[in-house]
This record gives sequence, C-alpha cells and structure tokens, in this order.
Amino acid sequence: MTLRDIAHARTGDKGEICNVSLIAFEPRDYPLLLRTATPDRVKALFAGVVRGDVTRYELPHLGALNFVMAGALGGGVTRSLALDPHGKSLSTLLLDLDI
Amino acid sequence: MSARPLRIGCGAGYAGDRIEPAVELVERGHLDVIVFECLAERTIALAQQAKAADPDGGFDPLLEERMNAVLPEAWRRRVRIVTNMGAANPPAAAARVRAIADRLGLHGLTIAVVTGDDVRSIVGGGGFTLAETGEAAAADTVVSANAYLGAEPIVEAIRAGAHVVITGRVADPSLFLAPIAVHHGWRLDDWTLAGSGTLVGHLLECGGQVTGGYFADPGVKDVRALARLGFPIAEVAADGTAMITKVEGSGGQVTRATCAEQLLYEIHDPSAYFTPDVIADFTGVRITDLGDDRVGVAGAAGRQRPGTLKVSVGQLDGWIGDGQISYAGPGAVARGRLAGDIVRERLQIVGVPILELRTDLIGVDALHGPRADRAGDPYEVRLRVAARTASAADAWRVAREVETLYTNGPAGGGGATAAVRQVLAMRSTLIPRDRVSWRVDYLTVGG
Repeated sequence: MTLRDIAHARTGDKGEICNVSLIAFEPRDYPLLLRTATPDRVKALFAGVVRGDVTRYELPHLGALNFVMAGALGGGVTRSLALDPHGKSLSTLLLDLDI
Repeated sequence: MSARPLRIGCGAGYAGDRIEPAVELVERGHLDVIVFECLAERTIALAQQAKAADPDGGFDPLLEERMNAVLPEAWRRRVRIVTNMGAANPPAAAARVRAIADRLGLHGLTIAVVTGDDVRSIVGGGGFTLAETGEAAAADTVVSANAYLGAEPIVEAIRAGAHVVITGRVADPSLFLAPIAVHHGWRLDDWTLAGSGTLVGHLLECGGQVTGGYFADPGVKDVRALARLGFPIAEVAADGTAMITKVEGSGGQVTRATCAEQLLYEIHDPSAYFTPDVIADFTGVRITDLGDDRVGVAGAAGRQRPGTLKVSVGQLDGWIGDGQISYAGPGAVARGRLAGDIVRERLQIVGVPILELRTDLIGVDALHGPRADRAGDPYEVRLRVAARTASAADAWRVAREVETLYTNGPAGGGGATAAVRQVLAMRSTLIPRDRVSWRVDYLTVGG
C-alpha cells in the first residue's frame, strides 16, 4: 500500500523551491498521513532530486500536509538543466511512498 | 456596497492558455468580471526583450486573438475585463485593444492602463541584492526588473469606470481582489477581507487547475471531458466567503479535492502567503463540497501587508545545449548508458568549456532521479544530454556531439535532436513601497 491509495498531491514551483501538497481523500486518514509522510522519510524519498531542507506544514482542517523543498529545481525553473524544470512530475514521487 | 454576490471568472491561467473556454465563460457564465492571468515569472522578461526589439511590442502575443474572441460579447453583457496581458508594454496593448474595439464599433468602452511596475532603472541604479545569489543586481546583466503591484491601481481604474483594465506585473491574486473589493465596497486595509479575496484569486488564477486540470489520474482520480474543460467561476459574498463553480455542461469538475490541490499550489507557509496587498493566512480555510460542481470556501484570514514589494529580475545567464537520442528493445538501457558515457568523454576530448552538465535516461531517471527500489528495464529509453555554457557556439557543440552517435555510437540509436536556447534566469529582490509609483491612464473608444 502506498500513499496513492489514500491521498492525492500537487506540485508547485517558485524559484528554486518546490512544494508538494498531500491531501487525504478521506479526512479520517489524515493521522495516517502524519505518521507516514514524516519530513525525514520524504527527504530520503526525494534524495535524487532535492538537495536542501524539507519542511512540513500541517493543515488539519483540510486533511492535508504541505512539503516545501529547497534546492529542488536545479538552480530554479528558468535556468535548470532538468527535463522537468518546474518539478511538475514530483507529486507522483511522493504518492509512491510506502505506508 | 452591494449585498449581491460578485460573479468573477478566470479566462486564462497562463499566456498560451485555451481561448474558447473563456468565450464560453463570457457567454454562459453570468459573469460580472473576467480575469485573464497571462504573465508567468519569465514571460515579462521575454516581453521586455521583445519591447527592446520593437517599441510597439512586448505585450501578450495572444492579446488580439483573445480580445477579438471575447470583447464583443463582454461589452454587450457589460462583463468587465481585467488582465495583465500588457506585460512589458501596457500602453501598446491598450492601443491595440482600442483599435479592435473601434473596428467592432464598441463606442463608449473605456480602457484603463496601469503602469509603474517597471523598476529596471531604479534596480539598475544599485543597492539591490538578489535573494537567490546574494549578489548585487548589476545593471549590465539585468534585462528586466518588474515590481509586483497590488490591487490599488486596479481598484482606482474600476472606480473610474474602466471596462477593460490592462496591467503589466501585478500579483496574480490582486487581479481578482481588486474587482471584488470594489463591488463590495471593501477597504483594502481590512486584512481579513483582503485575505479572503486573495484566497479567491489564488484559487482561480490558474484557470482550469481548479476545475479538473492538472488533476486526472485514470482509475484513481478520473475527470470527464478534459478536452472541453470549463474555466472557473467564483461567486463571492460580501463577507468574503465564496462558492467556486464552472459553466454548467462544460468538462471537468469542481470538488473539494480539486479546490484543496489548488489551494496549496505554489504555497510555502500556508499561514503567511505574501502578496502586495496582505499577508494571507489559509490555515483556517474550510472547503465544503456542495455537489453539482459547487464548492464553498470560507475561513481565510490576513495580516497587515508587507512594507516592501517583490521585484522579479531577469538576467541573461549563458546558454543551454540539449541533445537527445533514443534506444529500444533488448539492452536499450545499457546502450543508452553507454551513449551517455561516450558523450561525456567526447566533451572532454574535444575540450568544450562547460559550466554544468547533466545526462538523463528518459524512461529511467530523468524526472525523479535514480530509484534503486524500482526494478525492471523499460522497453524504450531516450538519452538526454544538457549542458550550460557561456556561448551559443559551445552549446551547439554539446548538442551536436549527441547527434554524432548516429554513426559513432552504440547500435540502433535513432531520432537524434539538437537544440540550443539562451538562458534568461529569473531572480528576485525587494523594493520599499515608496520607491514604486504607479499610475492609471484611460482611453475611450469613440470618445
């Protein structure tokens, strides 16, 4: 079972910082998101694409978490050498985290 | 002050967005206002370069196509238009819109032009440090510097009776907050209401991203009729609460899930979303699914607006050369990796000066990096070599080195491409408000 079974996600970009939201389909699964998607586990999962810190914000009203990742976009969207300079595809990496 | 809710739609979420959903919104959305948000971070720097080449250029390339499509019906129904399609040259954009309105005979239509966001001469004058590099913004490398204006100039334009408001760099949510604030008679320093209007703007500013775009995942999150995706509408009440919806019968969907994803899109700390108008707080927001593509949002808050404005600075930053070639069938991954190793060695042998080099195997590690926990080779892969160089000539040498794999590389390499682009890096700095002075000018058709 992975996060994709209980949650959905979206990536946004600003300069060299990427954010990935993680939202429970059912509010009752929010505590499971909190336990599963710890900042350390997320940082390890994103080791291949994120150099900097991972900060987690909690939004219990929405049953959601927001991960802000520094140094994620290869020098920033406008100058990155990456195929996906915005990191648009990164949300699906988070959803692949094992529960 | 009006007790009636304001109906505001978003007709574009970026410069190249679809046009006919905006026409559908104007014709069938029962709108008071339609906003076209067409100015991404880098778009304005590219527009400044276009303006440098042609003093009458530098506005949105699709301005005339969009206006021809929506202006007659928007005028007939008195749907106000607010847009940042002026990009680097709002006066030139306004002149084009006036010419279109003249030809269509829309007598009495008033166009407002907001200027003052261009602060290149101030930033180039020294004393500004770029947040990303810690270096001074040197005049000789800065292509553009545009401050993010807030809702104020648009509020002034609408109060003066403008039917079309054309701006350059304005914060995206401010394009929405302004008409909402005018309609309901809000004070812009009521920070809770400013936070509420900013939330509505934030939800709508990317167009189809809140109505089912950037969302579908077949079998898990299915969305119907994405080819006919409807663009969003917000019905905003005087107390700042809103209902998000779309035109009945259009494709896509508006649900708690689509709204929650968009709420957090490009947000860092959800308790402190900085705009020129307010420091908005989205942590208390509640999203309620009302059914039939209607979603209620309430609970946004805000604190006093920041004392400085963000400035988007465009800087030339070398070139990128990009070469690609594909491999398929048994051993495709091994041949792709061999090809990448060959190119790296070749670049050293021929001595191309490279500032940064990256090789990816598309299908294996290009998007998410290496995943040791994922077994099994894909049937097809594509080698991508990208390098940053100081000159265009060196970038071409990198890209062409990949192409030479046709006759000099592993077996079965096909579909080689080579591309080179100049890098226009976007950076940012802060400017005190009192150093930025905006103004609004008006053009009236047939007047």
